Amino acid sequence: MNLQSTDFEIFNLPARFALDTAALDDAWKTLQRQAHPDRHASDSAQQQRQAMQWSVRINEAYQRLKSPITRAAYLCELRGVAIRAEDNTAMPGAFLMQQMEWREALDEANDARALDALTDTVRGAWHEWVEAIERLDGAGDTPGMAQAVRALMFVQRFEQAIEKRHDELGQ
Amino acid sequence: MALLQISEPGQSLDPHQRRIAVGIDLGTTHSLVASVRHGVAECLPDLQGRVLLPSVVRYTDPNSGGSGRQVGHDALAAQHQDPSNTIASVKRLMGRTRAQVADVDRLSYRVVDEQGMAVIETVAGRKTPMEVSAEVLATLRFRAEDSFDDELFGAVITVPAYFDDAQRQATKDAAQLAGIEVLRLINEPTAAAIAYGLDHATEGVYAVYDLGGGTFDISILRLTQGVFEVLATGGDSALGGDDYDHALAQWVLAQAAPALAQAPMAAADRARLQSEARRCKEALSSPEGQAEGVVFGVELSVGVLTHRVSASDFAQCTEALTQRTLTAVRKVLRDARLATTDIQGVVMVGGSTRMPVVQAAVGAFFGQAPLNDLNPDEVVALGAAIQANALAGNSSEGDLLLLDVIPLSLGIETMGGLVERIVPRNSTIPTARAQDFTTYQDGQTALALHVVQGERDLVADCRSLARFELRGIPPMTAGAARIRVTFTVDADGLLSVAAREMVSGVEANIDVKPAYGLSDEQIAAMLQDGFATAQQDMAARALVEARVDADRLLMATRSALQIDGDVLSATERTAIDELMARLSQCLQDPDQASAAVVEAATKALADGTEAFAAQRMNRGIQQALAGRRVQDI
Repeated sequence: MNLQSTDFEIFNLPARFALDTAALDDAWKTLQRQAHPDRHASDSAQQQRQAMQWSVRINEAYQRLKSPITRAAYLCELRGVAIRAEDNTAMPGAFLMQQMEWREALDEANDARALDALTDTVRGAWHEWVEAIERLDGAGDTPGMAQAVRALMFVQRFEQAIEKRHDELGQ
Repeated sequence: MALLQISEPGQSLDPHQRRIAVGIDLGTTHSLVASVRHGVAECLPDLQGRVLLPSVVRYTDPNSGGSGRQVGHDALAAQHQDPSNTIASVKRLMGRTRAQVADVDRLSYRVVDEQGMAVIETVAGRKTPMEVSAEVLATLRFRAEDSFDDELFGAVITVPAYFDDAQRQATKDAAQLAGIEVLRLINEPTAAAIAYGLDHATEGVYAVYDLGGGTFDISILRLTQGVFEVLATGGDSALGGDDYDHALAQWVLAQAAPALAQAPMAAADRARLQSEARRCKEALSSPEGQAEGVVFGVELSVGVLTHRVSASDFAQCTEALTQRTLTAVRKVLRDARLATTDIQGVVMVGGSTRMPVVQAAVGAFFGQAPLNDLNPDEVVALGAAIQANALAGNSSEGDLLLLDVIPLSLGIETMGGLVERIVPRNSTIPTARAQDFTTYQDGQTALALHVVQGERDLVADCRSLARFELRGIPPMTAGAARIRVTFTVDADGLLSVAAREMVSGVEANIDVKPAYGLSDEQIAAMLQDGFATAQQDMAARALVEARVDADRLLMATRSALQIDGDVLSATERTAIDELMARLSQCLQDPDQASAAVVEAATKALADGTEAFAAQRMNRGIQQALAGRRVQDI
């Protein structure tokens, strides 16, 4: 095990999308107990630097595996399929229609309640895409996963737009 | 027959060598110092038995004799007679320019900008907020050293969770000025959670609502088996009890003397109004005050002002402030993706949570009575003391682990004054993120970067932290260079930046121009000016420090070899043994032992054990999970 090991190797988890989140949380805390700089406060400077590097690496891996988007994207990249979200924005028509409906609903939402209702809708779509990725991963369809990841990124961006609207409304 | 017990060298500390480590709560209105004694965290009192030290410093005319300053109760007592030289609530100025200080005109002293930071005009000259805070910190340091009759090893200092990088850096600078070794900066709500969680052996998801004198924090934490994991944090670093006082004073003025409310007011009158407002607020928090109200009465230069204030008057004129805290609470719950029903308990921290209006609003919001059984003034310092004790290596309860987050996103300015977010808020620290940049002109050899902190899309709406210039990029065609800039946020929540051109492997030189804060030279100059270490011989001090560092490294290396020496080959082991022998030799020979010689030998050993340190960490990590699997079965 070293700093170059994959995120999955670090936590001793199988390299697949389906994740036992409790096992990940548990492994994260166990490793941070070992590596966190607070645990090395009275060690030598080199040991502290090493601890810092490991602690950062463990947090990076944890953060990436914890979120379905980054976990799926990381898996695709490990398997040699790039997500290329910046230059590949082609999405199915039905998906784009749904996005437009959401945008309209967001424009019309003027209070926290309307925003919360929209959040529920969006989270529903989020869960559907997460389940789709799990199926595609099980079937070994990595390009399909990459496409689903791009869809999930749209959904995430929309959630951020809702959050911004909350801020604008001052709630 | 009794056998003498002899401990292994470097294994455990002799009880007499216990390191004196304290927790310091550096608050807007008052500050405290606490320490773990006989296994229990307790606040240390001054000679008069008082635990709270008002965070107030008064500067006196240096030509009129005396020490030139008063700190704490004496300064507070002089506030009315000398408002413009008596500095209260200086925490609001930390890491800020004048324009960034909320309601700067309300302060009874004069604030101006100097080199991009707010400084205070006093009869003894201009004082930076760090210098003023350092007076408070030094007073607490001496209190702790007197209590233990020993020198301080180090301190954990608490900061509002919502403090940005500049405010944290300013706090650390202040500690350095006060001659305090900072073991860690930790967030106030997290410190409170430690004291609370350890006291109650609690598990589950908790909210910590921390309303102090000048800052508001809300943190959501998950507590499991000694791990304090912050899920999300938010707040307002310019909202606190001071604002409630001000709102009340303004309300009374508007009711009783509307003409005065509009006109500019003398500093002394403002100070009197504010302190009378505070007295009324506190009186209104008692059961009698709740039932009967209080009389607001103050003698101003223009006449006497009296007005009756009922509990509901107070609730009304401060309603907007309480609502602002709840807005932040809603936001942090959304960040954590939690509902109020997911929260097992709400811990109340900070003296301002004694206000019944706050208690009622928080209780109604969460649908449960808030938890009040720890003293809200002391709980932060107590938690910091527990963490300080653990960091100093005194603690046997090695199970405590804090996993805190960065409160505000870090980003870089891109084309058109927009922010490219690099480290999102609520990322667990320590953390590092890399971002690649390229050149946009042929032959370009330098690149300017502007680091900002905040959630807004426009650079102008975020906090400017620093400007960096990357130089020495080899000339290439536009877009060919790949400059990887790595942002690292350490366990104190402080940012550092490194850059490297990936094609050529050239490490770019970084010119750091902090938008705020003191450079090491400035700190050294201030220390030289006779702040905390006036009488110390700098050379002797350097040697003492070098020897301490050397001892520490020798001890750490010996203990590392004992535990993990088997990963080394015979040659590697011999090399390390030789370096250790050379350093020990150096320490024993008083003639040749200048600071420089000791430092050189220390550095040689440090460099020579670098690879060993890496191997040890890798092994430790591997074993951590392996050991776990065995336990699980």
